[in-house]
Amino acid sequence: MAWTKKILRVNLTSGSITEEPLNMEWANDYLGQRGLATRYLVDEIDPATDALGPDNKLIMTTGPLTGTVASTGGRYSVVCKSPLTNAVACSNSGGFFGAEMKFAGLDMIIFEGKASSPMYLNIEDDKAELLSADALWGKSVWEADKIMRTTHSDPQARIACVGRSAEEGNLYAAIVNDLHRAAGRSGVGTVMASKNLKAVIIRGTKGLGNLRDPKAFLSAANAGKKVLAENAVTGQGLPAYGTQVLMNVINEVGALPTRNMKETQFEGASNVGGEAMLEPRKSDGKPNLTTNGACFSCTIACGRISTIDRTHFSVKDKPEYWINSGGLEYEAAWALGPDTGVDDIDALTYANFLCNEDGMDPISFGSTLAAAMELYETGAITKDQTGGMELKFGSAEALCWAAEVTAKGEGFGKDLGLGSKRLCEKYGKPELSMTVKGQEFPAYDPRGIQGIGLAYATSNRGACHLRGYTIASEILGIPEKTDPLDAAGKPGLVKAFQDATSAVDSAGLCVFTTFAWTMDDIAPQVDAACDGNWTTEKMMEVGERIWNMEREFNSKAGLTGADDTLPKRLLTEAANAGPAQGKVNELDKMLPEYYQLRGWTADGTVTSETHQKFGLPG
Amino acid sequence: MQKSLHIDPGKCTGCLQCESACSVENEGMVNPSKSRIKVFSFHDEGRFVPYTCTQCDEAWCMQACPVDAIVLNPENGSKDVLSDVCVGCKVCTIACPFGTINYNASSGKVVKCDLCGGDPQCVEACPTQAITYIDANATGLDRMRAWASKTDNASA
Repeated sequence: MAWTKKILRVNLTSGSITEEPLNMEWANDYLGQRGLATRYLVDEIDPATDALGPDNKLIMTTGPLTGTVASTGGRYSVVCKSPLTNAVACSNSGGFFGAEMKFAGLDMIIFEGKASSPMYLNIEDDKAELLSADALWGKSVWEADKIMRTTHSDPQARIACVGRSAEEGNLYAAIVNDLHRAAGRSGVGTVMASKNLKAVIIRGTKGLGNLRDPKAFLSAANAGKKVLAENAVTGQGLPAYGTQVLMNVINEVGALPTRNMKETQFEGASNVGGEAMLEPRKSDGKPNLTTNGACFSCTIACGRISTIDRTHFSVKDKPEYWINSGGLEYEAAWALGPDTGVDDIDALTYANFLCNEDGMDPISFGSTLAAAMELYETGAITKDQTGGMELKFGSAEALCWAAEVTAKGEGFGKDLGLGSKRLCEKYGKPELSMTVKGQEFPAYDPRGIQGIGLAYATSNRGACHLRGYTIASEILGIPEKTDPLDAAGKPGLVKAFQDATSAVDSAGLCVFTTFAWTMDDIAPQVDAACDGNWTTEKMMEVGERIWNMEREFNSKAGLTGADDTLPKRLLTEAANAGPAQGKVNELDKMLPEYYQLRGWTADGTVTSETHQKFGLPG
Repeated sequence: MQKSLHIDPGKCTGCLQCESACSVENEGMVNPSKSRIKVFSFHDEGRFVPYTCTQCDEAWCMQACPVDAIVLNPENGSKDVLSDVCVGCKVCTIACPFGTINYNASSGKVVKCDLCGGDPQCVEACPTQAITYIDANATGLDRMRAWASKTDNASA
């Protein structure tokens, strides 16, 4: 129920497309989306396999609430092994693509093998066909989207597509759907392109009607919407300012990583935050933000729809960018702004447009550029490598140029496409890479917010805020306030957030609902939709099972407890200013307790007791 | 009092809750492709616009129907399709200037908004009040009030 119980398996090597039933026993243990697709991945690939080889698989997956009227019930994820981290990858996206999968009758699409030439998958309800992507290869996501819409003459089809960055092997390439939503992190787009798969276009008209108890579901969904509407964050802050509501807040608490995380406060923060996006500009009197936009079924509507100032140097001769499109979200704004030292909001918006147009994770791109800027300032990179560009912190010109060359994989853009870890290794200064397990940091400095440091260090997909968003508690006081500067109690907090988030992701809901919803708001919605008696306790158990399964995948891929760490800078160089001045991240105080709470050995291995307790595979 | 749907596109976020609610009411499942209200997203302009039948008094579709399958509901003023009478000739879809009555290939009949018999579900579902159901005589009142507030008589 709520699941369509149908999987489409696409073998790109042979060209065969087959349908198979969803494993409902697994659905009862792993719910859907992130958990369930990872269960399939664990079953079907060797974790040690080459992430960019044909033996890796790429799974597009929905949750049981995707395509329902539950608020934010439109999420989908892409699961595979990551080429950036060599760990499990699960990148979550909103927009409308996931719901359309459900309306075409699909819970999941599993791609395996590698096509001999570029292809794309066309799905119209029960019809699925692989078509030649010769006309799409070498095109940006935005160009390819236009071509496919013309070819299929269907303005209502939904498209997920990779850009030129993925084709060129950029290791943090995203899969962009609906033009500006993205399964952004960990290089899932790179894996898709490595299979010679350019895009998936879906039109679903079958609908979704198989809820366990439709009346109870409507009532639970309506109760949930009311909670979101009445909450200050989800009812007012996010619609008005988007996630960018955080820029000034995080700067104030002294946890806004600045210039490759050398500093913890940015003097230009107020020029690039949510409030700045509402300020009318001189040239045409319009603000950067045109309106807010929602993903499918979302009653929060945090999405930013923005324009770039037409007189700005980046676009004054490029009318194709004088349009509205997905604007700055907080993490992207931080990576492109404070982390590179740039406080020019139009330059940031332009770079963000390019990240969407050619499918690059803006967090990893911005952070990698920040590392490159520090390498340039130390002399490890010179104009010889950049072809003459001065890669200085604070340079809007450098930011726009870097986005252009990286989007297309040209010249020095190839180096930037390596990601921060490999770039810093290549130029002999690995210590300048601000990454965990090879993935770049998001926008919260773990010196000023202790718990998030542990969340970064232990995240199963490398540094990530969405695997355990302790910012909610440490900064916003949700569900209760904890002291961001105090490491005490954080292991339990991190574990609780990690487990809950695994379950929320697996339902097909957006994690932003949890600013207002607790599991007691979510479980009744899942339970009314799905067979299986989904209580709060079962949701948390499933979340913890998923976390342990991901951990075991990573162990088999070769990762160990030694990878649960932070860059030396964050452990030894104290915050230079603000409320956290003098603090480093106290990971060593938190990690042993965290392992203990997880039921792992002192070196971070899942014990056989824990393995058996959760009935983990293998 | 006769009521009408009042749509304020400026408040729409494009979430499609209205389309889902419409299809749940009329098709028994979430199926935006079968919704009688549609939200159009004009990406480059950054605009979302919900659009559906406005229940014309002299309804073109009703006038054009050769078998009198479209009838006035005197309770709420909606023009309703009698699906057991409709022969699926689609003449109404040609006659309607707005495109808001459409053929449904799976049933072989046309479908259009019937205001859910006076309790429009799209209105219930809209999280931003972009779609409201108000006194038909006063659909312009909000806009008048907005302009009135801009009239400068403070210095007079």
